[in-house]
Formats: sequence, C-alpha cells, structure tokens
Amino acid sequence: MSVGRPIVRIRDLVKEYRRGAEVVRVLDGLSLDIEAGDFVALMGPSGSGKSTLLNLIGGIDRPNAGELEVEGLRVDRLGDAALAHWRADHVGFVFQMYNLLPVLSAERNVELPLLLKDLSREQRARRVAAALRLVGLSDRAKHRPRELSGGQEQRVGIARAIVTDPTLLLCDEPTGDLDRRSGDEILNLLQALNREYGKTVIMVTHDPHAAERAHRIVHLDKGLLREDTA
Amino acid sequence: MIGKYLPLLSASLRRKKLRTFFTIASIVIAFLLFGLAESMRHALEAGVNIAGADRLLTMHKVSFTQLLPASYENRIRGIAGVVDVTPQTWFGAWFKDERNQIPAFPVVPEPFLRMYPEYSMPEDQKQAWLSDRSGILVGRALADAYGWKVGDVVPLHSAIWRKQDGTFVWDVTVRAIYDAPQGGDTRNLALHQDYFEEAKAFGKGLVGWYLVKVRDPNLARSVSRQIDQVFANSPAETKTSSERAMAQSFVNQVGNVGKILRAIVTAVFFTMLLVTANTMAQSVRERTSEIGVLKTLGFTNTGVLGMVLVESVLVTVIGGVLGLAAAWWLGVQFEPVFRQYLPGFHLPWEAILAGSIYMTALGLAAGAVPAAQAMRLRIVEALRRD
Repeated sequence: MSVGRPIVRIRDLVKEYRRGAEVVRVLDGLSLDIEAGDFVALMGPSGSGKSTLLNLIGGIDRPNAGELEVEGLRVDRLGDAALAHWRADHVGFVFQMYNLLPVLSAERNVELPLLLKDLSREQRARRVAAALRLVGLSDRAKHRPRELSGGQEQRVGIARAIVTDPTLLLCDEPTGDLDRRSGDEILNLLQALNREYGKTVIMVTHDPHAAERAHRIVHLDKGLLREDTA
Repeated sequence: MIGKYLPLLSASLRRKKLRTFFTIASIVIAFLLFGLAESMRHALEAGVNIAGADRLLTMHKVSFTQLLPASYENRIRGIAGVVDVTPQTWFGAWFKDERNQIPAFPVVPEPFLRMYPEYSMPEDQKQAWLSDRSGILVGRALADAYGWKVGDVVPLHSAIWRKQDGTFVWDVTVRAIYDAPQGGDTRNLALHQDYFEEAKAFGKGLVGWYLVKVRDPNLARSVSRQIDQVFANSPAETKTSSERAMAQSFVNQVGNVGKILRAIVTAVFFTMLLVTANTMAQSVRERTSEIGVLKTLGFTNTGVLGMVLVESVLVTVIGGVLGLAAAWWLGVQFEPVFRQYLPGFHLPWEAILAGSIYMTALGLAAGAVPAAQAMRLRIVEALRRD
C-alpha cells in the first residue's frame, strides 16, 4: 500500500562480505522504493540479506555498490561522522535482543540518544517521560533492564528508538525473543506508531504472523527481491 | 558539557565494582608513595633553598674537623667584597643521652645574628641572650623536642670539648628561641664564643670554620678564590664555598635516598599504567555490543574514543586525588614528629601540580589503546558479538 512519496530509494545495491578467502555477496544489485509512512516487513530465509538491507538503510553498514537514498540524501556517500549524526537525527533502531545497557535504568537508557542533542536536563527528562508514557512504562522508569520482563525491555527499546522523533523506525526481529502475547503488544505498539504518529516502519521478521501487521511484505532471497506484496 | 555523560561514565565504573575498587586502590597507593617521596625530597632540599647565596663557608682544606686559627678572621675581613666574618665551631653536643645529638655551635652573637637575618625571635629574648655569656639560642624544633623554655638551665654535654675543670658538662641557660622561614632549620643551638673560649681546656685560639658574608652573591666565586689564595701554602690551608653549595653537597649525599624513592615510584607508576590499561581493555571488551549500540544511536567514533579516555582518566584522577590527599594528610599528621629530623616534611604545591599532570597522563596513556579499539569498532561486528 503506497501512502506517500518514497522515503527510501534503493538502486542496484550490492553488499559483499569477506569470509576468509571467500567473498560472499549478500545483496546482489537489489532495487527497492519505500514510501513515507509505510509499514514494510522484510522476510526471507536466513542469509537472504534482509538484516543486511536493514543495516544499510539505517547507515550502520556501507554498501559496496549501488545507490541508497533516504529522504533525498545519498546516505551511502556520507562520511563516518556525518552518518553518525544522520542516524541520531533520522533513525530509530529496535533490536531483537533489546540491547539495553544493563547498568542504566529504563529512563537513562531512553535518554541516551538525547545526550547527543543540545537539550537541557529538563527538556531531556520531559521527552523521556513522554516516550515512556507512550509505550506504557511510566511506572518502570527507575527499573534496571534485569528487573523488567522481555516485553517491557522491548518497549523500553522502542521508547529509546522514538525519543528523538525519527522519521524511520528500523526493527530487526522485534518479536523474535518474545512470547506470542508480548510479541502482539509490541506489534500493536509499532502499528500505533505507524498509524498515529506517521512513522515509517521497516521490520525484519521470520514470523508470518508479525508480517501480517505490515502494509507491505517484501521477500528477499539470495540478495535479490523475490516478491513484493501489499 | 561532560556533565550529562556522567551517569553513563559512573555506570560504567560501577559495572564491576570490585575490579574498579582494586584498580583505584592501587592507584591511591601509587600516588601516596609519590606524595611521600616528594615530601621527603622537599624536606631534604628545603635547607638548600633557604641557604644564603651571599654566605660563604671557609673551612680547613683537609676537613671541617680540623681547626683554623682565630687570627684568620681579620685577614678574611680585609678581602675586597667581604662585609662580615664570624667564626663557628662544631661543639659535638648531646643532651641526657649520647643518642640525643644536637647540632650546637659556639658563635659570636652580634655578627651571627647579622649573618642570619632570617632568624626571628622576640627582642627581649634576643637582648637576654646577647647579655648572658652562658646563655644559648635554640631553634624552635629543638626546644619543642626537649620541652625547653626560656630560662631553663640545660646541662649540655660535649663529646669533644673538655672544660678546664676537667668535665665535659657545660651548664647553659636557654635565653632565646628562634623561628625560621618555612622549611628553615630550627634544630640548632648557639653558645657564646667568649664563654666557650674561656672555659675550654684546649684548642685555645682555634675555631672550626668561618662564615663570610659577601656584598653581592655574584662575587661569591671570586671572593672564595681570594680567601683560599691568602692562606695557600700555610699550615692551615682553607677551602671556601657558598653555604648553598655546602647544603647541596650534603643533600647530594643523602639524596641517593630520594633517587631510590623516585625510581621506586617510577616503577610503581609504570605498573599502574599496565594495570589500568588492562582494566580499561577488559572493560571495553565486555562492552563491545554496548559500544555498538551507542554508535547505532548516533555516537560518533571520536565521541566513543573520548568517552573511553574520560572514563580512564576518571579512574586515575579519583585514585590520584585520594592518594595525594592521603600523602598531604600524613604530612600534616607527622610533621611534629619529623620536625626535628626533617623540617619542611610536607607535600609541596609543585608536587600536587605535578601529581595532577601525572594522573591525567596516566589515565590518557592507559586508556589510549582500548579507546582506539572502541573507536575503530565496526557497528555490525560489535552487534554480532552480542
């Protein structure tokens, strides 16, 4: 379902990894457009290149060839520092294993991306409180990750991803480590962020049940686009 | 600016509390050792720093235990550039027990006080000492050590000088107590030369050495040469050098202790560098995926480099400040104990400044390699190691 102008434009994208003497081509000239405000599920077997594609879109990895444009900006041409600043401003990541810092409380974890912004302590605290409220965890703000359930940890991860109000929300198997009920809660949350806050969500998943929540399902295999269904 | 990162830095330090504690504790000990060694060096060099550059010592060429004729005084006074001359002699004093050695010297009071204007005492005490031939002037540290007060009669024993009555006990009265500027030696005792000359059983007309004051410190070298030339080829040839040079030569003899201490501290610092670097390397290795997450969130490579370096410096500064504070506290606590033997034993400001530089440099050096590794870490690889 196309709901606006393309926010992500990918042309002939190639990504190779070196494994010893062997060169493995993970993405083999892939082209894809993703519209602003869309909710896209990337599916495919292991090694199909879906996580690699997500990493490239998020600017945490670099392609070997091809073009990658996000909001009209050639992300593949940015230097390391510029790419880091771009990530801080435009991308929110949600990881399968949550990747919270265990020594920090939930609110300190959510605050992390805001440390890079020119904000006062009060402004940061207000934004953190709003993000935690949005994911329904205001009462767990002072808790450390080990004091939270898996679902709650993932919700903290989502709060951290949205606290800077990014345009892109990139989720790598966000329900992969959760039971069905907690997974549904997370998917409801992602849907709400997409519908009510207009976030463009790109989600890597193995789970067809999770993929059903997306507007569009893109199947990858051996580094190429195999199927694109709305 | 760095304040907002403090919770993150402090959380990193609290991650392995025991390891952080032991690392900081060893840094505390390293800087405590450094502080004590510097206090010792300061005490040893204090005498050199306050020794007068315009005061010379003329002694027998063979040794200061060999005596010089009293008649040399007027001949030295006649040399151009000399403004004052006064004799002194090693008395070899002890009090109550031979182990209680006291640096005591018979002196001529008026020129002695002119020679040492830095010695201060109440005017009435000064007059009392000048007018009493058996009176003595004692330094504050010495008086405190034996509980002497003005007016006390002290039976001073001499290991060298026998009196005409055949005894070695010289009854003297404390008439004045002097103070000296910071680091000055107040362990000395001065008797009247007249009393000493009259009462001693031998060595009449002989003195230990001469203190010579020159008009200008720049003349010290040429005046020294002239004095020694005057008495060349005589039965008692002289050797003249500045008081500062004499003090420095004494410190150089004792100074080996300082050098040994400094070598130990250097070795300890080097060990601390390895220990802290190891701690930081472990800490960064354990946080590989977290560093990947931080970079994913937008922390730049240089930002991560800075964060690891600041963390490392924080560890060494906490340990260093505690160590120097402990050294300073010990200096204050033990100053009264050391006053008699090591006046000026305390942590000087220069050492605190040097210590601050060392602790920062230690932190930067220890954190350099782990910080560079963290900086170079690729996000995808870091996240994969989760």
